[in-house]
Amino acid sequence: MPTVSEVIEEKIQFSTPEPIIQLENVSVSYRLPTERIGTFKEYAIRKLQRKIRLEKFWALTDVSLQVNRGEVFGLIGNNGAGKSTMLKVISKVLKPTKGRVVVYGRIAPLLELGAGFHPELSGRENVFLNGALLGYSRSEMESVFDEIVEFSELEQFIDSPIRTYSSGMFARLGFAVATAHVPEVLILDEILSVGDEAFQRKCNIRMKSFQQAGTTVLMVSHALDMLEGMCNRIAWIDHGKTQKIGEPQEVIAAYRGENL
Amino acid sequence: MASTSKPVYDSASYRVSAISELKELGKYRYLLGQLIRRDILTRYKRSVLGVAWTMLNPLGTMLILTFVFSNFFKSNVPHYPVYILSGLLVWNFFSQGTNAAISGLVWGGSLLKRIYIPSSVFGVSAIGTALVNLVLSLVPLVIVMLVDGAPFFLSMLFLPVSILLLTAFTLGFGLFISSLAVFFPDVAEMYQVLLTAWMYLTPIIYPESLISARWLPVYKINPMYWMVKMFRLPVFEGRIPTWQEFLPAFAWAIGMLVVGWIYFTSKTEEYAYRV
Repeated sequence: MPTVSEVIEEKIQFSTPEPIIQLENVSVSYRLPTERIGTFKEYAIRKLQRKIRLEKFWALTDVSLQVNRGEVFGLIGNNGAGKSTMLKVISKVLKPTKGRVVVYGRIAPLLELGAGFHPELSGRENVFLNGALLGYSRSEMESVFDEIVEFSELEQFIDSPIRTYSSGMFARLGFAVATAHVPEVLILDEILSVGDEAFQRKCNIRMKSFQQAGTTVLMVSHALDMLEGMCNRIAWIDHGKTQKIGEPQEVIAAYRGENL
Repeated sequence: MASTSKPVYDSASYRVSAISELKELGKYRYLLGQLIRRDILTRYKRSVLGVAWTMLNPLGTMLILTFVFSNFFKSNVPHYPVYILSGLLVWNFFSQGTNAAISGLVWGGSLLKRIYIPSSVFGVSAIGTALVNLVLSLVPLVIVMLVDGAPFFLSMLFLPVSILLLTAFTLGFGLFISSLAVFFPDVAEMYQVLLTAWMYLTPIIYPESLISARWLPVYKINPMYWMVKMFRLPVFEGRIPTWQEFLPAFAWAIGMLVVGWIYFTSKTEEYAYRV
């Protein structure tokens, strides 16, 4: 995988819209037991009595949409509407209960910043651990290590244990690792609000450079103004169904109209 | 970025199988190494003696057990400390490895809900960590043998085979029990009790000669009986196992590994929903 700086120098030409993510009538149901069954005994007894009642909860119902290559696509909706479930279905974490998901590119999901960091390990060690969790190899991580340190502005602290980091330093390092490589598809789940203003500007510049390099970005956020500025299209999800897909302005206006 | 006409991921044809999980694990081998490294580095990171505890721990347990039990068994077991330690290493590897597989999958579960990682990586790395500890704890075994004046046998060269069988069995069992623990959280607790009982049913602190002939066939159902034997014969009795002794251990190791792997991977798609 090329590094950010390498790709910025390349010039990518855009052509006609080409699908990179396709959802065809996707439904996802979680089976929620009505009562928690935690022991074998309970389980065995109830299984015999046929008393295991599972309530099906449909987190997504019959969702179809297409994201094109190079697009910045936003997802909005109230809490529990199914946005995160949708990201999980796309990034291979959950298999859809019904329907089909097809992705034509390597997905680099943004792990919740710093999830998987170990407090006792140094920043350096955590960079490699976190990179490995995201599916990168040793050489892929070595090639971007210096850039990660520079971007996260942690030159002095990179060999100190992470438990000594401030929350801002923690988030900066997490963001730097997760975006060190230019992915084909980048998934952002409500995380662009890390660090101080200066660092946020840096994050935005990086996102823009990704866009120029042809990365498709799929983002979930409640920061509607930010989404309006960044996205090409937005989908509004409500109770597991797509309410509206289209121009950011229109969709956000409709969403606001409903929720005021 | 080259456009790809062939999908990278298609949920319609995506199915986790025993084979596909093995391939994914191969792709994530760097993560495997990183997880093992993390577990070894962090376990004793803030203690003064650090990794030396890996060796001091079984040594301490051995000393206590020797002190407590030597009066009982002294007459029929020469070099009792070596006898105990050689069995204890096997048992510690098994109990630590399987417990780490359970906690590893529970820890990894919080990640499995957010990003794609082949779920077997947590169990395999848990056993990998235990394996490193086992090899390290061969050092105190050698020290105890020297101090106690126990003879060294050429048959000890058989130990890599013993370790391989033990690892295969522990990995299979660890995957199986950790998978079960995802669906029934009580399993993790029950397992601690089971482990204690299991340890006393395996001739680790008492000599095999203490088991009455009537009960010996029952003892031989226990796979750990065979795993301990694979270790004790070359270290303690100075001979490599006969075929009659080797085959049960081999069958348990391969059988458990295959069953554990197939069971674990058959449940893989459900973990993100459950853990």
